[in-house]
Amino acid sequence: MPDAIRPYAAAFAARFQLMLQYRAAAVAGFATQCWWGGIKVMVYAAFFANAAPGETPITLSQVITYTWLAQALLVLSPWSGDPEISQAVRTGAIGYERLRPIDTYNWWYVRAAAWMTARALPRALLMLAVAGVAFPLLGLEAWSWRPPADALAFALFALSMVLVVLVSSAFVMLLNISAVVTLDERGINTLVASLLIAFSGNLLPLALYPDWMQTFLLIQPFASFLDIPFRIYFGGLTGWGAAAGLALQAFWTVVMIVIGRAWMVRVMARLQMQGG
Amino acid sequence: MTALFLLTRYFSASVRGQLQYPGSTILLAAGQFFTTIIDIVAAWALFARFGPVQGWTFGDIAMFFGMISVSFAIADFLSRGFDMFGAHFIKTGDFDRVLLRPRSAALQLIGYDFRLARIGRLAQGLIVIGLATASLSLEWDAAKVGLALWTIVGGVALFVGLMVFQATLAFWTVESLEVMNVLTYGGVQAAQFPLSLYAGWFRNLLIFIVPLGCVAYFPVLAILDKPDPLGAPAWLLPLTPAAGLIFLAVSFLAWRFGVSKYTSTGS
Amino acid sequence: MPQILVQDLAKTYRVAERDPGVLGALKGLVHRRWRTVEALKDVSFSLEAGELLGFIGPNGAGKSTTIKILSGILRPDSGRVEVGGLVPYQERIKHVARIGVVFGQRTQLWWDLPVIDGFDLLRDIYRIDPVCYARTRDELVALLRLERLLDQPVRQLSLGQRMRAEIAAALLHEPDVLFLDEPTIGLDAPSKLAVREFVKRLNRERGVTVLLTTHDMHDIEALAERVIVIGHGQVLADSPFEALRRDVLRERWLFIDFVDQAPEIDLPGVEVRARDGRSLELAFDPAVVGAPRLIAAITADYAVEDIHVEQPAIEEVIAKFYDLHGAAEA
Repeated sequence: MPDAIRPYAAAFAARFQLMLQYRAAAVAGFATQCWWGGIKVMVYAAFFANAAPGETPITLSQVITYTWLAQALLVLSPWSGDPEISQAVRTGAIGYERLRPIDTYNWWYVRAAAWMTARALPRALLMLAVAGVAFPLLGLEAWSWRPPADALAFALFALSMVLVVLVSSAFVMLLNISAVVTLDERGINTLVASLLIAFSGNLLPLALYPDWMQTFLLIQPFASFLDIPFRIYFGGLTGWGAAAGLALQAFWTVVMIVIGRAWMVRVMARLQMQGG
Repeated sequence: MTALFLLTRYFSASVRGQLQYPGSTILLAAGQFFTTIIDIVAAWALFARFGPVQGWTFGDIAMFFGMISVSFAIADFLSRGFDMFGAHFIKTGDFDRVLLRPRSAALQLIGYDFRLARIGRLAQGLIVIGLATASLSLEWDAAKVGLALWTIVGGVALFVGLMVFQATLAFWTVESLEVMNVLTYGGVQAAQFPLSLYAGWFRNLLIFIVPLGCVAYFPVLAILDKPDPLGAPAWLLPLTPAAGLIFLAVSFLAWRFGVSKYTSTGS
Repeated sequence: MPQILVQDLAKTYRVAERDPGVLGALKGLVHRRWRTVEALKDVSFSLEAGELLGFIGPNGAGKSTTIKILSGILRPDSGRVEVGGLVPYQERIKHVARIGVVFGQRTQLWWDLPVIDGFDLLRDIYRIDPVCYARTRDELVALLRLERLLDQPVRQLSLGQRMRAEIAAALLHEPDVLFLDEPTIGLDAPSKLAVREFVKRLNRERGVTVLLTTHDMHDIEALAERVIVIGHGQVLADSPFEALRRDVLRERWLFIDFVDQAPEIDLPGVEVRARDGRSLELAFDPAVVGAPRLIAAITADYAVEDIHVEQPAIEEVIAKFYDLHGAAEA
């Protein structure tokens, strides 16, 4: 392994391993997500019972799959800054971060990526096992997590999920830096959470919002965290549409990294002037 | 010196502490308001696309939604010490500190913190109740107001009971508290919609095990003057919030068992 | 009837274990292994009212378990414990109203509130009579020099200031017994001296029974007439500190600077500890050869520039003691 990336790989591995230890948190998160998903699925089913087939922008089975996917991958969305960093900000330990002979942005970015993926992995597997495998076996075919539209859709979805990790980590970095600036991350985190719930697809598949909002909903950055990969998954976005979706995710990743890096340089310069 | 007096003293200490960071408190309250009012936006979008469901309109849903929000906001305000129990008391060992004071642990935990930011959710609940009232052209007479208050008492008791139960679990496992979010936050989520939308087993869970239906669905039907499509008799509807108080009593029994377990094994 | 009575106390814990590495973490997700730790095996001692006891031992020896049982937080598996005639874990509320506890590493004050507001809140929590409260508070404020700190939020205090405020907070309800758990940890020298001085006065003048745990042996030297050493959950020694020193590490050290190169010295009961050019350090056993005789013997044969005798530092005594009993932390 080249020396340049060795510290970052080590940081990723250490954090990943640490987060995997939180067995109870994973089980609890999974239980919560089953509950949430179950309620949503039942409510959607009641609403869809009213509508004639073909009248809705997506079908009930697609909405159900979307819901399970969203619950399975919930922690891949940037709900808050890295708690360890906000903690370090409060205790003043943030000064030590500057003592490490490495690029602080990359360091934190890698840690954020590990933090999110390690928590997502066990939950996603559990959810897949229950909603994707157990449900059909139990005869609950109608309520289950369906396979992707086709092999190409799956490949594009996988690519899109990689972009989700990249764009989410870039957004977590913005939250991290704002925690350094404000010294209290909670206010920002809750405000960001409301935007995330509303505009990522977490609350409602974006396609179900009123039709006049659709263009705006697709290009705004929050769709990149969740809605775009899911549309690709069930074949809502194919061909050039899927390519555009991936491009949009890549675009927001780059934009957030550029802003984050520039902001970080300024904030850290100020931090040093104050003497940490 | 009664327990109530001590609670007022704790309350004023907690408020004074929070007022040292007024900006943060306001931001948090705003955050609570927005993150919770968004759910009603989802309901609105679904009604806009699909129209009424099983005879329920947007106004009905808003009433369920607003009532449960108000109950939860008040309960959350009163039981922060229980909610944070695992992280703030067991993990840190600070529960020892609590046991070193000559007052009941439960009283000290209620007094631990009163989060002003809960006003955000409370405001959301009241606004959504207002929305429901306007949408349904509901007339609030004294009986309805009384019933609404009684419903909220039952709801607060139920949610405080859930948090006490969650805190009790922390005596056995420090980290697994998140699982109770299913019943607290998840309970709010479930109680936002009428039980008749749900599958039978889930309805029974919400009536007989964790009686969320008793502090939202049934009494709100009485407020709305609607018969229960599931067939519960009309006279029963206004009595159901009592289930929340029973749940609270049971939770405190479990809590006492947990405290005695703590003193026999330590942290 | 002693004020504190502890007989045959025993207590075991269960702790989770995990294999190292990613594989271990994954295994831990599925199955957890447990290990039993005997925190206390068989601890007995008693303490009369007005005594000041130092309670020492390596980390994990059972000190804090004992303190927790004595303060009513923890119930022992077996054995008898009474403080002032009460069984702490059975009558917690009554018991804790009569004791004061200070944890050096933890605060009982309210972080965001001024010190005085925290005191007032404690007054209501302990149901202290307002007149008594005002008198005790003013006395403590004067003794601990808290006047200028009262209006500051606790988070703004230095560690030493905070510790003084903590001690006052633990004494507002005038307890008969005070438990101090590492009260000087992390404090600077003047703060340490102030804390020691205050505890001494409290004990001598007010007759408050004090039980002190610490890793700072100077606390012990300055305060405790009596010391209990605990290791592996057992009492290893219970004696006046000077007796402990005599038993464990009798030797004295002699430091000599010669005018010329330090010579070879070969006397019974004497060992060379170190040699450097013209300096020599000897260890000797005063029971075999007294200091005056040894000095006389050396100065008779060699030209000496400077000479002095020292006792081994108290840390050395304790380290040696742990070593002898195999009690040092694994």
